Amino acid sequence: MKNRIEKIFERCRDEKRAALILFTCCGYPDMENSERIIQGAIDSGADIIELGVPFSDPMADGMIIQKASQIALQNGASLKKVLAMAERLRKRNPNTGFILFSYFNVLLSYGLEALTDELARIGVDGILSVDLPYEEKAELEPLCKQKGLHLIPLVSPATSPERARLITGQASGFVYYIAVRGITGVRTELPQELIARLEEMGRISPIPVVAGFGIGDPETARKIAKHARGIVVGSAGMSLLVQEKPLEERISDFKHFVKSLSGSLSPDA
Amino acid sequence: MNSHYGIYGGQYVAETLLPTLYELEYEYEKAKSDPDFQAELKRLLKYYVGRESPLYHAQRLSRHCGGAQIYLKREDLNHTGAHKVNNTIGQALLARKMNKKRLIAETGAGMHGVATATVAALFGFECEVFMGAVDIARQAPNVERMEVLGAKVNSVTSGSQTLKDAMNEAIRDWTARAEDTFYVIGTVAGPHPYPAMVRDFQSVIGLESRRQCLEQCGKLPREVIACVGGGSNALGLFVGFLKDADVKRVGVEAGGNGLETGAHAASICGGRVGVLHGCKTYLLQNNDGQILETHSVSAGLDYPGVGPEHSYLADEKLATYVAVNDPEAVEAFDLLARMEGIIPALESAHALAHAIAIAPQYSPEDILLVNLSGRGDKDMDNIRHYRQRTQKTTAQHK
Repeated sequence: MKNRIEKIFERCRDEKRAALILFTCCGYPDMENSERIIQGAIDSGADIIELGVPFSDPMADGMIIQKASQIALQNGASLKKVLAMAERLRKRNPNTGFILFSYFNVLLSYGLEALTDELARIGVDGILSVDLPYEEKAELEPLCKQKGLHLIPLVSPATSPERARLITGQASGFVYYIAVRGITGVRTELPQELIARLEEMGRISPIPVVAGFGIGDPETARKIAKHARGIVVGSAGMSLLVQEKPLEERISDFKHFVKSLSGSLSPDA
Repeated sequence: MNSHYGIYGGQYVAETLLPTLYELEYEYEKAKSDPDFQAELKRLLKYYVGRESPLYHAQRLSRHCGGAQIYLKREDLNHTGAHKVNNTIGQALLARKMNKKRLIAETGAGMHGVATATVAALFGFECEVFMGAVDIARQAPNVERMEVLGAKVNSVTSGSQTLKDAMNEAIRDWTARAEDTFYVIGTVAGPHPYPAMVRDFQSVIGLESRRQCLEQCGKLPREVIACVGGGSNALGLFVGFLKDADVKRVGVEAGGNGLETGAHAASICGGRVGVLHGCKTYLLQNNDGQILETHSVSAGLDYPGVGPEHSYLADEKLATYVAVNDPEAVEAFDLLARMEGIIPALESAHALAHAIAIAPQYSPEDILLVNLSGRGDKDMDNIRHYRQRTQKTTAQHK
């Protein structure tokens, strides 16, 4: 039987489009509204949701996600609550991909054995830990394999082709190509070599390559999507949610944005 | 090179930084056996830093305490006023070998920031220092020193606005600019190879102390004592005595208002294992794995983690870790100033306070060797505010 993530990428390939992967900071502005926001993203065309579990010290993140994480934590977000939310979201959305996204300390503190058990039970498809590189994955990877979870690896502009081969060769699900040297956040300009690097990664990797970091608008998404199996958008969506406006307006802006992203990935865009 | 100490250490950073860490490890390994590199390092430590630093017998203080003889390793007499420069010189030499243009650093008390700004000036690097807004307020003289030396000081306003947040921000900058930027980490933490590299650069403290103690006293100390925030001065001291089974190695953490209050910075005494800033180590964190805000009168110890090798030494009982609270540290600060005419950094005052407390348990033939890791000029505002705060509290209680 094919797993859900494989099926999503197959479906997208049949539809001749890239997958839309959306990062959201869980618990922002609070758990209840966060769940509405994620459901909104799914209803607006997101294929895979990265469930970002906030961490007090998000070293790989720019201002927008830092701010959202801090507010989420002040309002009581925790991994435990995110798992409860994921369980409800899974029941309502059997075909959406869910990837738990966090910093390693949050996962470690929960207990890796207990966490992987719980994720498998709920039907979350995998884990992405930004600060768990190839060198340190031995603590988590066997547990993921055993329980049928993907441990999503990252490659970056600094990663050599040899290293990329090593990283992607043992992985499952998809591989996340970090488009820029740096932290998350919307960029007005992406590196010139991005498309060539994505093509190269596509040749190296046995699993689908998706691109993220810095993608902020449908036009950029459309351009990059021609060279990747999926695109990840995080800060750009979150930036609409952290505006000083009534919440309903922010959520509506966000859903509209996800829709326009999704539209930009369709073959006739 | 070993990247772990038992279960501790490692390289828990974003993929973007891994190639940089490999490059650094490669260059550092080469430098270790490069006679030119070592000769240059030695030359600078002697003529620029002013090494070796004296081992000083604090006779009046020892008599006052009654019991053991207290000896002070005078790292406060180094150029820039602390042990930090031993490490920044080494890392700047590496940065030059790696053709980097720019140095960045995090700083808490500002001593590491000053030491980095100093070597940046010496070698002609651009320099940016990240410092929490709270620390900028309580260590103003060091901010001015860094600026005079030509460094840009970036105020960090995220999180608790102290050392850990400064380190987050430095890591973010480094992730974006590793191609032209060398991150000078100030303590034995961070991803491998930093903990090993910083330990090696600071080992001069322990190696000198051991030799000096044998020369001056004809025997080894009963205990070697140093304060532990991230733990670079302590590890530098301990490595000189690791093979001496009879020498007790004691790390003194910041007990703040007391371990029982939760307002402290004692990661080993009061924390549990986790991952922060690239390494696995003891951390102050809540049940959800969120890092806690710390408290200490000393900005340099106000950090929720500790170097991974200390976590290992603690588990293996190769070193002992205790906590000293704010009031005892301030008392030791005053006592050393009045008894010996030496104003210690509040960080170092924690180590001193422990020595003062245990000295009476020893006989006058015994030696306690305390690392006086820095001088206290930077703490004048800080200590005045502390006294104002505590006087107010005392008045309220009356």
